[in-house]
Amino acid sequence: MTTVTTPLATTATTGLNLRRILKLGLLGGLGMVFITAIGMLAAFNRRLLITPILSLGYLVLFSLPFLIGHLMARRVEKEGVATAPRTSADVVAAAVAGGLAGFVAGLFAILVNAAPGLRGTLPNLSPALVEVLTLGMGVGIGLVLLTVLGAAVAALGAGFHWLPPRIARAVSVAAQSVVAVAVFEAVIDDLFDWFKTIPNFLYASRGGLTILSAIVVFLVAGGLAYFLPGRIPSLRSALMVEDESKRRRNSLIAAVVVTLIVLVIPQFLGGVLNELLTNVGLFLLMGLGLNIVVGHAGLLDLGYVAFFAVGAYTTAVLTSPLSPFFAPEMSWWQAFPLVLIAAAIAGILVGTPVIRMRGDYLAIVTLGFGEIVRLLLLSDWLSPYFGGSQGIRRIPGIGVGGSEIGGTSINLFVYFTLALVAVAAYISWRLEDSRVGRAWAALREDEDVAEAVGVDTVKAKLQAFVTGAILASFAGALFSAKVGSVFTNSFEILVSIVILVVVIVGGMGNIAGVAVGALVLIGVLGGPNQPGLLQEFGEFKLLIYGALLVYMMLQRPEGLLPSARRAQELHQEEFLQDAWLDKGGQLAETAPKGA
Amino acid sequence: MALLETKGLKKSFGGLQAIGGVDFTIDEGEIVSVIGPNGAGKTSFFNVISGLFPPDEGRIIFEGVDIAGHAPSQITKAGIARTFQNVRLFPNLTVLENVKVGQHCRTHRGMFGAIFQTPAFRKEEREIEEKAKEILSFFGSRLVGYRFDQPAFVLSYANRRRLEIARAMATEPTLLLLDEPTAGMNPRETVELTELIGKLRSEKGFTVVMIEHDMRVVGEVSDRVVVLDHGVKIAEGSYQHVSTNEHVIEAYLGRPAEEKQA
Repeated sequence: MTTVTTPLATTATTGLNLRRILKLGLLGGLGMVFITAIGMLAAFNRRLLITPILSLGYLVLFSLPFLIGHLMARRVEKEGVATAPRTSADVVAAAVAGGLAGFVAGLFAILVNAAPGLRGTLPNLSPALVEVLTLGMGVGIGLVLLTVLGAAVAALGAGFHWLPPRIARAVSVAAQSVVAVAVFEAVIDDLFDWFKTIPNFLYASRGGLTILSAIVVFLVAGGLAYFLPGRIPSLRSALMVEDESKRRRNSLIAAVVVTLIVLVIPQFLGGVLNELLTNVGLFLLMGLGLNIVVGHAGLLDLGYVAFFAVGAYTTAVLTSPLSPFFAPEMSWWQAFPLVLIAAAIAGILVGTPVIRMRGDYLAIVTLGFGEIVRLLLLSDWLSPYFGGSQGIRRIPGIGVGGSEIGGTSINLFVYFTLALVAVAAYISWRLEDSRVGRAWAALREDEDVAEAVGVDTVKAKLQAFVTGAILASFAGALFSAKVGSVFTNSFEILVSIVILVVVIVGGMGNIAGVAVGALVLIGVLGGPNQPGLLQEFGEFKLLIYGALLVYMMLQRPEGLLPSARRAQELHQEEFLQDAWLDKGGQLAETAPKGA
Repeated sequence: MALLETKGLKKSFGGLQAIGGVDFTIDEGEIVSVIGPNGAGKTSFFNVISGLFPPDEGRIIFEGVDIAGHAPSQITKAGIARTFQNVRLFPNLTVLENVKVGQHCRTHRGMFGAIFQTPAFRKEEREIEEKAKEILSFFGSRLVGYRFDQPAFVLSYANRRRLEIARAMATEPTLLLLDEPTAGMNPRETVELTELIGKLRSEKGFTVVMIEHDMRVVGEVSDRVVVLDHGVKIAEGSYQHVSTNEHVIEAYLGRPAEEKQA
């Protein structure tokens, strides 16, 4: 190491760098204009987080200047490169950039106000929107106010770096907790149905936290985070420790705890939330299935919804009295084994022709298959058998002890869904560490070599397809019984994509990761046709999905809760470094002869 | 009867004839080296035998059965295992898992056993694990202990080569095809591996065909040397015999200029 880099090298990117200020400020301004122009601000503004001062809309809007401030003052520490010291110039620069962003947003408000004709092309640009954007102060004061607020928020974002790490973490946890408590209003309200004092204290009558309760939540969460440092990250790392047996034990404990919670919680939830939880369960089932195909065997299947459709339609045909051609009117239980068989056959039918394809080609062909199934169901040829666009109605629920459980008795149905999720999770857990699972792993790593060391790759691929198809048909059979009818529009290509996003965002290759992905995406944001906890997200769901996916790919490609292996795979370099350091230690101990 | 016999083996890629009718035999318990200049068709010869590419013409008779055109996994199951010139492990699987995958074709328990954790499944898993450890111990202390659970990509180059041999051994072959086993190793590691190749026969009873560029290794362990050039066998015999053969010298060094004109 001979070079000692002068601070010059880093000051170029920090401090009062005009170019950077302009770049970030204008980008942030554009972002704020975008959020406003697509109607997100107005839609999210209806959801109050802290009554009456903060709505979801403003939170999203002002997260941009905050981010700018954070980026302006951030120091990327590189080994061997001197990092420039923090100066007040950072805060000033951040404030200028944030102010610029706010100013751009304010100008936009003036523009919209001055040119009502714009509404013809961008219907969201209404006078009401201008009012929301300018905080109801008129465009002139609004411009000043937005600029000042932007600057202040950005300065806050920059100032965050000054806090000692422990306090910074506590503040960040506290702020996140406030948002979480506000967002989960419906859940907390339901959970404390027996003890109304808590929700009554927390939430204002028209929704959202009160200012007082927001402060209390902030202090409590912040205090906990400050005095119990590192508990939460350690929980995550506990599931990822390298030692195999320890990891296994930790996962087992986590699984038991989660199971207990999951068993108890639906008791306290109302119909709406149990419906939501059921949707999460359905997508989790499909996520687990796709996780085997994509995460374990490495076969990118973009037409996975086809198997969901096969499961749902087979159930519908076998159980509904209104099935147009063939209506044996079986019970759900009688139909279920046949549904699994149908799904397995579908898995083989889809798997066989694509067995020689790899990577992109496989993805495109399966994408096609997914659509073919839906279009066939709609076609004149199959309409007489499956009802075409009329779908199949009057699908009975699941008979348990003389009564039928379906969408109308969602509080029981949710348990049924969770039971099947448990079965699916168990199956994928057991398969992962078995001869078949190892064959899948080999297939994912290098197909040619897998074949050369004696893995029958054709068989292994078909096994993956069939297992995935069967797990998806679990979801299909449940879906039919829950909704009571099936239509082709429930099986659009979007469903395949959403399941894949669930798997990727959650953490490919990891059962718990897929569960987290389903909870976050389906539970909070909502599925393709199902509302989530944040119903306001409805029309922007796909935008947020996309943004989240891009962010995850850039920042955390291994997902929220990755499998240990996937994380190590995506961070090979760091891992190699660690291993190299480890080896240095090991060598000293064992001192093997030779290299 | 020969363990492996190829007759008139041919393989072309487009207009390029990689192998142009090679007749080759190896008896059980032999160590045969295949040498030749770059591009002579040595690796193609291995690829065709191990089923990665089916031959255009000719027969590959292994233990009396013609295996030409069989899938690689079937050929591995029949008892031919190989390593690759540019080490091809499963980099993100652990050392132990790499060897366990090798046992795939010798084990049988399927998904049913795994899901219900049948006693037969558990017994087999235990045996797979024990066997994998036993195979790895063949390489001394290099791939054991804390190495078991390390992903293969952290291994040093020499260890990757060893692990690849271990994975090939796990398929319980009768014939082992080693593609440049000492490439990229330092002299010390080369000496060690040369010994090990001898042990593969004396202790484990494998028949070995290896492609090798290091003539000291070739001279030391091979019973017989086969020289390929432009996809054709140009010489065969003991190392001494081959190393003085004028065709071989010519293939490696070229012909003197005046002779070429003549």
